[in-house]
Amino acid sequence: MGKSLYQKVWDAHAVGKLADGRTQLFIGTHLIHEVTSPQAFGMLRDLGLKVKFPQRTFATIDHIVPTVNQDQPADPLAADMIKAIRENCDEFGVTYFDLASGKQGIVHVVGPEQGITQPGTTIACGDSHTATHGAFGAIAFGIGTTQVRDVLATQTMAMEKLKVRRIEVNGELPPGVYAKDVILDIIRRLGAKGGIGYAYEYAGEVFDRMSMEERMTVCNMSIEGGARCGYVNPDHKTVEYLNGRPYVDNDDFEATAERWLSFASDADAEYDDIVRIAAAEIEPTVTWGISPDHGIAISDRIPDPAGAASEAEKATIEEALAYMKLPPGTPLKGVKIDVAFLGSCTNGRLSDFREAAKFLKGRKVAPGVKAIAVPGSQIVAVQCQQEGLDKVFEEAGFEWRGAGCSMCLAMNPDKLVGDQICASSSNRNFKGRQGSPIGRTILMSPVMVAAAAVTGAVADAREVFEFPGSPVAA
Amino acid sequence: MALEKITRISGRGVFVPGADIDTDRIIPARFMKCVTFDGLGEYAFHDVRFDPETGEKTEHPLNDERFEDASILIAGVNFGCGSSREHAPQSLSKYGFKAVIAQSFAEIFFGNSTTLGMPCVTLEAEQIDRLRQVIDEDPAVEVTIDLEALEVRSSAGDSFPCRIPDSARDALVSGRWDPIQELLDNAPRTAEVAESLPYV
Ligand code: SF4
Repeated sequence: MGKSLYQKVWDAHAVGKLADGRTQLFIGTHLIHEVTSPQAFGMLRDLGLKVKFPQRTFATIDHIVPTVNQDQPADPLAADMIKAIRENCDEFGVTYFDLASGKQGIVHVVGPEQGITQPGTTIACGDSHTATHGAFGAIAFGIGTTQVRDVLATQTMAMEKLKVRRIEVNGELPPGVYAKDVILDIIRRLGAKGGIGYAYEYAGEVFDRMSMEERMTVCNMSIEGGARCGYVNPDHKTVEYLNGRPYVDNDDFEATAERWLSFASDADAEYDDIVRIAAAEIEPTVTWGISPDHGIAISDRIPDPAGAASEAEKATIEEALAYMKLPPGTPLKGVKIDVAFLGSCTNGRLSDFREAAKFLKGRKVAPGVKAIAVPGSQIVAVQCQQEGLDKVFEEAGFEWRGAGCSMCLAMNPDKLVGDQICASSSNRNFKGRQGSPIGRTILMSPVMVAAAAVTGAVADAREVFEFPGSPVAA
Repeated sequence: MALEKITRISGRGVFVPGADIDTDRIIPARFMKCVTFDGLGEYAFHDVRFDPETGEKTEHPLNDERFEDASILIAGVNFGCGSSREHAPQSLSKYGFKAVIAQSFAEIFFGNSTTLGMPCVTLEAEQIDRLRQVIDEDPAVEVTIDLEALEVRSSAGDSFPCRIPDSARDALVSGRWDPIQELLDNAPRTAEVAESLPYV
């Protein structure tokens, strides 16, 4: 029997068994940001410990940093947190991508950009969307602050081994269906807790054809399906993407690439579960409720609690619809929106802005809609500017901002107000997620956000724009 | 580092209804602007405890005087899903909770809680429902989580087998729930693994 990538990476990084039966796992790459790291550095100081492998931790600021006048947060608490990460990185000798470096951005955008994210490695970060890095064939997962302390102090952590579920999507995605729709569809089928205890291996023709950025969108939302990590096996696209990036060993690149590829799952690898989905069945997908698995195809209707399979499901639907102030059994298409948000670690990369800009060219954001576009990193911002995309967004009526998490979790000034509805390219539609305790979020792909922005309502992008062919065609 | 052996926890319970209670609900992101965890307790469940429009107390169970002294949180499925923020279990612990009983837990939340020495155990839906009823009838009922016997009991006479992964149970009962010392002790073997990895 062959091994899966998960198994191979696990074996290469296992330090040994701990007394409680868990494995001590070596974490090759550690990423930190301003919100979940200061307490960990505090714990380190309390225990009189140092950072064991300072060259293996990389820091940036993203969660709290403003997207306008980035270096001057009006909020003194935000200023404190930014100051704390600067001082901590300085004191403990950790590499830090600050605003002035031109490399700052959302930690899950920065890692791949810098070539820090590599196949066959373990990556941990105090952020649940760390699975994004799995797009490169890394085992990457979110950790809590005490574990951030453990990784800083020892470069290891205690971990329970996961099972592996292979999710195969084969065939052709219809035009207008994107990577975001694929993952929203997977989550809706398997549920928000379907992946608990599993690592997800995304495989099949659709993922093979996807660009690295599309693969990142998919892996990013693994946690929304309950899976702590998700990955795509490395292939020639992975290698090409990384070639020449700053933190890659470019001296002996061929040997490096060969080693990377050797981590891909064997053809006869064993899996704990296999799920198969036909690409042709996936439609543009949107959420109607308050959990990422509250998704429907855009042509469907919002569920009716009357048709629920169980009492528990009925209560969940009722709670979600009461919060969303949406009527049961009606289409989501046509529901008015107040805000359009394009950005986040799910969909804040160059290809996302390119794709949305393609359709926004020559169009205007509907009156009364506030639309913001927030590049995932300073590098993405520059790439977009070089292609003139920022102008396309501004001419359409979007505000073009500086890099950060922004309205994905609204720890900076970018927030919904009251019960505004936001068409969002981010990854979470929890109650209050976008900064207003009664704000409402509808998750969708960047092109669907563009369609909602120009029509002022949730729309089927395929009816608003013209699609020449499948967006993830080879 | 000698840690307390956590074998049994007793206290009053409070039931918080709903499935998929996420960490944004447990501690809204805006309260995470802090460089220490101190003071997070007062913000636990903030946006469902206080009406976002009027600021008034809602009918959330944590506002119910009858459950004021509760130290055991009882919940439904997939409790603690969402972000990896340790602020969530920290805020519950600082609020005064010593343990959580639910139908199921999200993984990162579960791990974060264990590392704080706050056990999370699971029961079946009917058993949770029964506990809900008992404490609703008499909030003074004492709920006990016995990690050695793997049981949840109530002073109303209930006794249910509960579940918790072996490693977490072992870590709690033997006082090893914070693994830092053991991780540090294995530094020589860690160095060997680091040496074997070309990218490190
Ligand atoms: S963009 Fe959103 S999900 Fe991604 S790291 Fe930032 S806050 Fe987390």
